[in-house]
Amino acid sequence: MLITCPYCGPRDVIEFTYQGDGNRERPQPNSQDLDAWNAYVYDRLNPAGDHNEIWQHSGGCRTHLRMVRNTVTHEISSTGFARGDHNAVARHKEGGKS
Amino acid sequence: MAERQSPERLSPLEPVFHPGSHGNFEHGVDVILTETRPGSILQLAAWPGAEKQLIDAIRKVTGLALPDGAGGGVAGDGKAVFGFAPGKFTVVDEAEGLASAFSKAVTPAIGTVTDLSHGRTAIRIAGPKAEWVLAKFFAIDFALPAFPIGAGRSTTHHDIFAQIQRTGADQFDIYVFRSFARSFWKALCHASEEVGYEVQ
Repeated sequence: MLITCPYCGPRDVIEFTYQGDGNRERPQPNSQDLDAWNAYVYDRLNPAGDHNEIWQHSGGCRTHLRMVRNTVTHEISSTGFARGDHNAVARHKEGGKS
Repeated sequence: MAERQSPERLSPLEPVFHPGSHGNFEHGVDVILTETRPGSILQLAAWPGAEKQLIDAIRKVTGLALPDGAGGGVAGDGKAVFGFAPGKFTVVDEAEGLASAFSKAVTPAIGTVTDLSHGRTAIRIAGPKAEWVLAKFFAIDFALPAFPIGAGRSTTHHDIFAQIQRTGADQFDIYVFRSFARSFWKALCHASEEVGYEVQ
């Protein structure tokens, strides 16, 4: 399986680490809402289909990525930086001068 | 009285560094392995939004103009620089003292300077079969159109993190952790045996 890192380009999946479900919303640290904390820690959608995920390119540029992976086919329909302010340095198109 | 320790930097490759021709070299030596031993290896990181200022500081201090784009780099005149992650750059100089020059140019508002001169070992592989040998190590495209001269790549070989810069059409400089360098060097020598290699 190849994952296209927005910085490094297509790389083998062994260079990446799964960092969890990308749909979770962390409550404020001082939140007393136990239902919200319970949902954050335990509730997962577990869909058969497109799934929002957080990955890290731990064996490459080490940035965190937000991507949509199909849990049935493993097709990855989009990847981007988890932090959205580095789009300006995304890799030029394939074969272009790096 | 104990002798004073020499300040000379010792190579971690020293016990396994055997200059000369090795492997299957009777039909020619197809790769040359060397340790480049630069005086300075730095890692520079820009805060988000300060990338352009950091690139300007690199040009001011080293005279090297970074090309646009991810993984872009340039090498020459005893110095080299390449991007290895968003907003992060490795800068190398044959001479020592690059960290103090950058600590003035890279202000706290721009980013950080980390001196890795003693933490990384620089290994150069050159020759017509350099791409072939490296392709056995790393699952990345080493062809010239995909990996242009000067460009840098971050990848791993069995959890040994490696930064690779192409410094010539058939020449690559590999930066590995110093503590893994001897193991990596031995693996590189084994992988080069089939094509014939010379250690210089």
